Amino acid sequence: MTTQEALFNYTLRLGDTNLILAQRLSEWTGHGPFLEEDLALTNIALDITGAAKSLLEYAATIENKGRSADDLAYFRNDRQFFNAQITEQPNGDYAKTIARQAIMDCFDYYFFTELAKSKDETLAGIAQKSIKEVTYHLRHTSSWLERFGDGTEESHNKAQTAINQLWQYTGELFEMNEVDEILLKEGIAVDLNLVKAKWEKHMADLLAKCTLTQPENVFMQTGSRKGIHTEHLAFILAEMQALPRMYPDAKW
Amino acid sequence: MELTQFEDVFEGKLAKNEMVEPKDWMPDNYRKHLIRQISQHAHSEIVGMLPEGNWITRAPSLRAKVVLLAKVQDEGGHGLYLYTAAETLGVSRDELLNNLHTGKAKYSSIFNYPTLTWADIGAVGWLVDGAAIMNQVMLQRTSYGPYARAMVRICKEESFHQRQGFEIMTHLSFGTADQKAMAQDALNRWWYPTMMMFGPPDAESPNSENAMKWRIKRETNDQLRQKFVNQTVPQVEYLGLTVPDANLKWNEAKKGYDYSEPNWAEFKQVISGNGPCNKERLAARNKAHDEGAWVREAAQAFAKKRKEVYEAA
Repeated sequence: MTTQEALFNYTLRLGDTNLILAQRLSEWTGHGPFLEEDLALTNIALDITGAAKSLLEYAATIENKGRSADDLAYFRNDRQFFNAQITEQPNGDYAKTIARQAIMDCFDYYFFTELAKSKDETLAGIAQKSIKEVTYHLRHTSSWLERFGDGTEESHNKAQTAINQLWQYTGELFEMNEVDEILLKEGIAVDLNLVKAKWEKHMADLLAKCTLTQPENVFMQTGSRKGIHTEHLAFILAEMQALPRMYPDAKW
Repeated sequence: MELTQFEDVFEGKLAKNEMVEPKDWMPDNYRKHLIRQISQHAHSEIVGMLPEGNWITRAPSLRAKVVLLAKVQDEGGHGLYLYTAAETLGVSRDELLNNLHTGKAKYSSIFNYPTLTWADIGAVGWLVDGAAIMNQVMLQRTSYGPYARAMVRICKEESFHQRQGFEIMTHLSFGTADQKAMAQDALNRWWYPTMMMFGPPDAESPNSENAMKWRIKRETNDQLRQKFVNQTVPQVEYLGLTVPDANLKWNEAKKGYDYSEPNWAEFKQVISGNGPCNKERLAARNKAHDEGAWVREAAQAFAKKRKEVYEAA
């Protein structure tokens, strides 16, 4: 694998993770539990879609085969997507959406903090912009997780169930493969072991503050680094990609 | 002061084109009219999020997705300013939402039509927001201060939305034959419902007289409708599309187009709950509200606990 191929795959991984997470979040638009929260969640979806767009544009540039960011988003199959499986999990109730988002915001916060130091200037630039947004997202989702954990019995149970369901997808976030090895040597990629330590500490503190229990001895799901997903992704893509695929010659 | 003196102050403000503010005395029917109008407007914004939100996950390009998300978020923001403006008149948002969810309050009937294709997202921005601006521009100088100020910001954003809708229509109309057909189909379906947005013909419009006096309205339904047709026809021509009205014709004498009236029987049916999506829209709003109940309760319980801890400390 060349450095260019590794960088392409790495950037796709980041772009896809943001794109699919935003796709899920935007399902809430107009259906939130109350208006302020509807706006806040849509705003997060907007930031994340923006990051996905920048990352996929960069991926298209790296690939240099005449494909655009839209081509990458709309004309790849599920087996060619590298988003983390947690991002494609259904929204469920609001506690599940918030738990999924808090897990990802916390990951992104430490991940982008490291990526901002990357020798790849484009990735570092995207990371710097994202940190500002993610800092706000993390504050927002953490405060909601705390409200749920320490709110009513019902909200506590919903939040705990959500954490229990989602925990099996968190291991994947820190998996490193050949792509990471190549790019780590170049000072481009982030050492995910470093992010993992910070994420674990932060989540442990957050869950304790929320009076929630961190699941133990969870068997971690895996696959997305190889383009293997849960059953949900193909449905997400079927919906998202329908129009460009129905009219492949059209410009929108 | 005697009641008549309060009335004189109020009338004086209207006469001098001054703003009436929340703490000022105002007649009951003025307050009621404003609560009804502002809350209907707020409801329209949040119900309007549904037909447009319908296409966010299917927006055909990343740029289109970002723009549509931002647009639908703006509509929600408009809802928020307007509910807040209504609250200054002494009514709670809970009460207003309850009126919406039980079907007691109205919202703009246009949102009871479905968005069937991507072109509908273009048509809604271009035609529906275009018509809304025409209705709303005059409200920037309406007599009630909080409403007028909310409308200044709303109008700015709506004119951005209209351009965004027109941009989608431009891409489609100058795109492939399939895309152009999609654009024409959307125009065919949205033209008459948009014309209905200005309300019934003047002769049958029950709320207009006071509304004109209070500067809540400044032009009549028919005047606005005529203005909309005059403005929109050249845009349709630019796009190379056809207005679905065989009677559309320039009338030199009135310096405007003659046009066919929309089907007012259909209008009455849609307003009475029988449009294609009335039940779905209300069901979606109710579902979101009901399923959000535990979230709101959790937030309140948490805030109460924190307050107790804070006060004990």
